[in-house]
Amino acid sequence: MSVEALTLSLVVLTFAIYLYIGWRSKVKDTSNFFVAGNDIPAVANGAAIAADWMSAASFISMAGLISFLGYDGTIYLMGWTGGYVLLALLLAPYLRKFGRYTVPDFIGDRYYSNGARAVAAVATIFISLTYVAGQMRGVGIVFSRYLQVDIIVGVLIGMAIVAFFAVLGGMKGITWTQVVQYSILIVAFLIPAVAISFKLTGNPVPQLALTFSDIAKELSVLQVELGLKEYLAPFQNMSALNVFAVTLALMIGTAGLPHVIIRFYTVKNVRAARWSAGWALLFIALLYTTAPAIGVFAKYNLINSFNDQPINEVRETAWVTKWEETGLLTLDDKNGDGVLAFSSDEAANEVTIDRDIIVLSTPEVAGLAPIVIALVAAGGLAAALSTASGLLLAMSSAVSHDIYFRIYRPNASEQQRLKVGRLMIFLAVIVAGYFGINPPGFVGEVVAFAFGLAAASLFPAILLGIFDRRMNREGAIWGISVGLAFTVIMILLMRSPQIFGTEAPVLESFFGINAQGIGVVGALLNFIISFIVSRRTAAPPEEIQQMVEDIRVPKVMDKTG
Amino acid sequence: MKDIQQDMTKKQHEYWKKNTRLIKVLLVIWALVSLVAAIILAKPLSEVQFFGVPLAFWFAQQGSIIIFLILIFYYAKRMDKLDEEYDVQEVILTKKKTKDKGVST
Repeated sequence: MSVEALTLSLVVLTFAIYLYIGWRSKVKDTSNFFVAGNDIPAVANGAAIAADWMSAASFISMAGLISFLGYDGTIYLMGWTGGYVLLALLLAPYLRKFGRYTVPDFIGDRYYSNGARAVAAVATIFISLTYVAGQMRGVGIVFSRYLQVDIIVGVLIGMAIVAFFAVLGGMKGITWTQVVQYSILIVAFLIPAVAISFKLTGNPVPQLALTFSDIAKELSVLQVELGLKEYLAPFQNMSALNVFAVTLALMIGTAGLPHVIIRFYTVKNVRAARWSAGWALLFIALLYTTAPAIGVFAKYNLINSFNDQPINEVRETAWVTKWEETGLLTLDDKNGDGVLAFSSDEAANEVTIDRDIIVLSTPEVAGLAPIVIALVAAGGLAAALSTASGLLLAMSSAVSHDIYFRIYRPNASEQQRLKVGRLMIFLAVIVAGYFGINPPGFVGEVVAFAFGLAAASLFPAILLGIFDRRMNREGAIWGISVGLAFTVIMILLMRSPQIFGTEAPVLESFFGINAQGIGVVGALLNFIISFIVSRRTAAPPEEIQQMVEDIRVPKVMDKTG
Repeated sequence: MKDIQQDMTKKQHEYWKKNTRLIKVLLVIWALVSLVAAIILAKPLSEVQFFGVPLAFWFAQQGSIIIFLILIFYYAKRMDKLDEEYDVQEVILTKKKTKDKGVST
């Protein structure tokens, strides 16, 4: 069987499994639809969080980004995993104890204000929409590369699949589908990593091979010899201040992302919420500790198979030919000596590699069987689809539960709410599909925007709501507004060329912090303003203070004894 | 009745205090291995070798993730114990509530 036929069969097979699960767990009530009836076991929830969290970006792009950033790639590695410590220790158990459906639910109830609820709902919709557009694009790319269909057709197929099982099964269907999707994506990621690790170092465990062999050092020396940046040295591509700010912003942003937070409502109890955060990070770490190893192996392999090699010989290698056709890899013998050379100088560099092909090309570079290549395609799709469905549900619940039911029509029946929930998913799929087909020019930038937004708005409000009994409505609303406005304005100013089409950014950076890291400053402002305003206004009502006491303890305290 | 209520509140506050102390210690470790070791002290720790890579690089790309994992599981385990100690584990609602048993064994 050809690679294409194998890929097609594997993709069809995995999709059949997802659809079957979506059908099996179809739901009829809102509790099952929004929070899966609160009976998801901790380990399964961990796998679902991992699949939800690891998107096409983690699966396809991250290892490639790291191999180009070297040490500074840590912003993604530590930033995206460190957030789980904040989640597990500071938010998850208390939100589970509070136990409703969404993040705006908590903000609205804790701050006894529909205004705060609406702001949180809008933030949720914006953050999720930004993300989901990127995911649909990812689905389209994988389809068009491996199934040889047009990218638009690829996006449409993805939309249909996501809509079908999200509308039908709600959170319950999505959770169990994501457990399967996690298994597929992690196997697809690990197999080529293990193979290439064994081939290069003789050690089959990529994590160990990175630390206990000298391949990283060899790569670092090799890069310096070629005039590239030293791989193992810090702050070659970003300033120390920016590495610090971006890492912290991604950590806080991760802990504030609504589609991850709502996962902790779906487990049985507080104890399961604590443990599922651990399982989630364990499952995520399997990929996130493999990625830096792949980054090193792939870069080492690429340099060795390209540098100083006759260009004609390289061109004839099957995988090089294939990727050169897509335009994501270009070989150009600029000085005409018939031999390829890497260089940090743009004018002399003869090999250009798109970062997104590092993971996808690893199995071919390592000469693995076609089935592995098919598996990687299925894994990439699983990563993109699982994240897309989780985001759609977060968006749908923000509109149908928080805005429609809690603010607009408090006496809506169970059926009406479910209907609006399903309708919202349907609409969200169409919007996401539109952005997948016509991506705004700056999707990559807007993702940083979404993180900054989550960090500057939702995270401080939730954290203070739990740990500061005295925090009141005024403090929270002022804090969220100032944090949000500051972050939005800063990003707009720093990204003005992409957004408004100005020649140069209106603002280079904020005291050396770039747009990706600005969420940290927004979050800090949120904390400070919240604190000052809350202390100068009336304390929250007695029953709210009692509620704060209650969510701090797992068991319902019976005050009458 | 009044005594029991005060006793409950006191216990609840004590439980919360122990919980926040544990959180603080774990967050300090969290910051030390990530923000401090891998970023603030990146330059000096790059001079220290850790098997095949500089120590700072190990913390940045591998070590901190492993330590994050340990922190979360340690927290979950400690809190299980604390819940039991203060008898605040969640009970299944249908089960008859055991009254005033104090610290469980």
